[in-house]
Amino acid sequence: MRELTYAQAGLEAIAEEMRKDPTIFYMSTDPALSLMQEFGAKRVRPTPIAEGALTGIAIGAAGSGYRPIMDWRQVTFSFVAMDQIVNQAAKIHYMFGGQRTFPVLYRANVGGGTRLAAQHCQCPYSMFMNLSGLKLFLPSTPRDLKGLLKSAIRDNNPVISFESNRLLTMKGPVPDGDYTIALGEADIKREGSDVTVVAIAWLVHEALAAAALLEGEGISVEVVDPRTLVPLDAKTIRSSVRKTGRLLIADEAGPTAGFSAEVAALVTEDPATFATLTAPVKRVCALNVPIPYSPVLEDHVFPDRKRIAAGIREVVEATRGADGGVRGRREA
Amino acid sequence: MAEGTLGSRACVVTAGGVGGFVTARGDGARVSKFPHLPDRKGGTGRAVERPPARGRRVLTSKVGMDGIPVAKLAALAHDENLATEIGSTPVNLSPDEQRAMLRQMQTIRRFEERASSDYHAGKIYGVVHCYIGEEAVAVGVCAALQQGDQIISTHRGHGHCIAKGADLKRMMAELYGRQTGYCKGKGGSMHIADFEIGMLGANGIVAGGISIVTGAGLAAQMDGKGRIAVSFFGDGASNAGPFHECLNIAAAWKLPMVYVCENNMYAAQTAAAETHAMPDVAGRAAGYGIPGIVVDGNDVFAVTQAAARAVARARTGEGPTLIECKTYRWRAHTERIGQPDFRTEEEIEDWKKKDPIVRLLGQLKAQGAMTDADWQAMDGEVLADIEAAVAYAAASPFPKPEHALEDMYAA
Repeated sequence: MRELTYAQAGLEAIAEEMRKDPTIFYMSTDPALSLMQEFGAKRVRPTPIAEGALTGIAIGAAGSGYRPIMDWRQVTFSFVAMDQIVNQAAKIHYMFGGQRTFPVLYRANVGGGTRLAAQHCQCPYSMFMNLSGLKLFLPSTPRDLKGLLKSAIRDNNPVISFESNRLLTMKGPVPDGDYTIALGEADIKREGSDVTVVAIAWLVHEALAAAALLEGEGISVEVVDPRTLVPLDAKTIRSSVRKTGRLLIADEAGPTAGFSAEVAALVTEDPATFATLTAPVKRVCALNVPIPYSPVLEDHVFPDRKRIAAGIREVVEATRGADGGVRGRREA
Repeated sequence: MAEGTLGSRACVVTAGGVGGFVTARGDGARVSKFPHLPDRKGGTGRAVERPPARGRRVLTSKVGMDGIPVAKLAALAHDENLATEIGSTPVNLSPDEQRAMLRQMQTIRRFEERASSDYHAGKIYGVVHCYIGEEAVAVGVCAALQQGDQIISTHRGHGHCIAKGADLKRMMAELYGRQTGYCKGKGGSMHIADFEIGMLGANGIVAGGISIVTGAGLAAQMDGKGRIAVSFFGDGASNAGPFHECLNIAAAWKLPMVYVCENNMYAAQTAAAETHAMPDVAGRAAGYGIPGIVVDGNDVFAVTQAAARAVARARTGEGPTLIECKTYRWRAHTERIGQPDFRTEEEIEDWKKKDPIVRLLGQLKAQGAMTDADWQAMDGEVLADIEAAVAYAAASPFPKPEHALEDMYAA
């Protein structure tokens, strides 16, 4: 299968959908040159730096028969548009009794690894998860990004595509031709039997590396990538935990009221899944500080494969048998 | 507010076009990302002088290196032609059309009188913001619109709904929190919308709707069918970011927009005089290179003439206009009991003497187009319409509790 970078896969999804549907148009303070050259300045609009207004303009155009894509670029620029996101986009369909549909796609890069310090290295997606009325996703591979973007563009609701800064240049296989990945469907990136690791974006790759390492220690790790944050695929996550009896959640964001907290709650509040747990749920997240600039500091703040591996060992250790082997899930 | 602002029925405080700007831009030899834009060579320092826009005086002082002015002063011009054309007489309006405007204004007033009393009787929940005293703005502007044009409203939205042709029954049912209301009881007074008639919603956030309706204007431009969009907002919103961002975008993209500032002199309880450095919001249009018109917002003929000019500009691709309607709300910011109102009785009474409905009625009588008996009959019909809306609302079922989970996502 051919390989594309994460960023290329995203652009390909946008271009393919724009070729098919003339109601799609794109707004960004600095749109990609390739999109501008192919579609012209009416459909790929370079905008003033006014994310607040443009976020609302996208809503109004969506309610008037178009499918706008508003690219905030870095998520940090979406914060000046919070009124339009929180009070308008998230509520406009519901608040007016479902009179109109508002098919808007917002794009935002998230995450660290770029040495850009506190304002440009953020993972605030749980703030948006807390709102009712938006759909959100954060893919870990070029293939997933393209498929999810296509679904989002065709969706009749406001959707935010969070895209990982660290993965923009990462290459991966992308199928030829038109395909979509449904919003709300998790993907099991690696099957295993001893512990479930739920991870998103860059940390999926770190979890896979940790899993490969731990295989040599006799620990079988299952890596679940929810891909979509809202709606979150609780079924797949719970089903994996019921199989392994152990759960570790890895998130590039801090733990407080975050994605990791939501996954922990979904697992532990479900009686059938809770009954299968043989160890406390473990979270491996960023430290609760603004992201610092110096590489020494930044690397200390973010979780990585080493911390995930250590966390998995800790979870497994809690229930290691007298013979030193990994004990299976508790029988109900 | 500067005395004499309303000396004539309207005055244009700015005229479009930014003259005399120098562009100096170093694009280099790379592929242009903006092939659609006119060539703006000048990276070598060669200054490109554009002639000043008509009616605008541009004073350029010393010219420095490479012909770039060291400093310049652009004096605001008054386009007296536009201003003097707007008057307090009906232009292109038949007596029937004028009577329809009067009836619509009275419908707004009677609807809100009833909404207020039913609110205080506990039949309407949350909050009601009354538009009484400002009726000429919504009616005057919407009279200049056509089917297919879109508007957006504010937290004080009943007047805009009625002026755009919303159904009184579904409006009142929404206020009553009933399933038959415009939003199935999910919105209430601050969130009535009727997308079928191009009313994109009242909005509980000051300045919250300006960008949404600007998006509707962008859609109208892309459709190319000559439709336009109107943003209603208050003097308070004119101090918020979306106003400025959207005026700039609409001007830069020549969107078919009309921005209507209802300056009732108070943002909630705070006087505009405390929060505005310039008495006229319309003066801000100068910063965006578009016309700004100040109009007597209690004069429905002046409002509709100003709106008609702005609408014509928008329809013919000339871009947006900012209209400021000087007006006043008679009632407090909200109907909530115990809310402070720092305005003096004297000021309120003064403005009641400028009642837009009394003024229009007087003009109709002066034309011989209306008698006292006609007026009494019209008011009786209006009251009957309101009564029917209330009866419909009161007889309508409340939504079922589980309806709270419906309409979360569109299919």
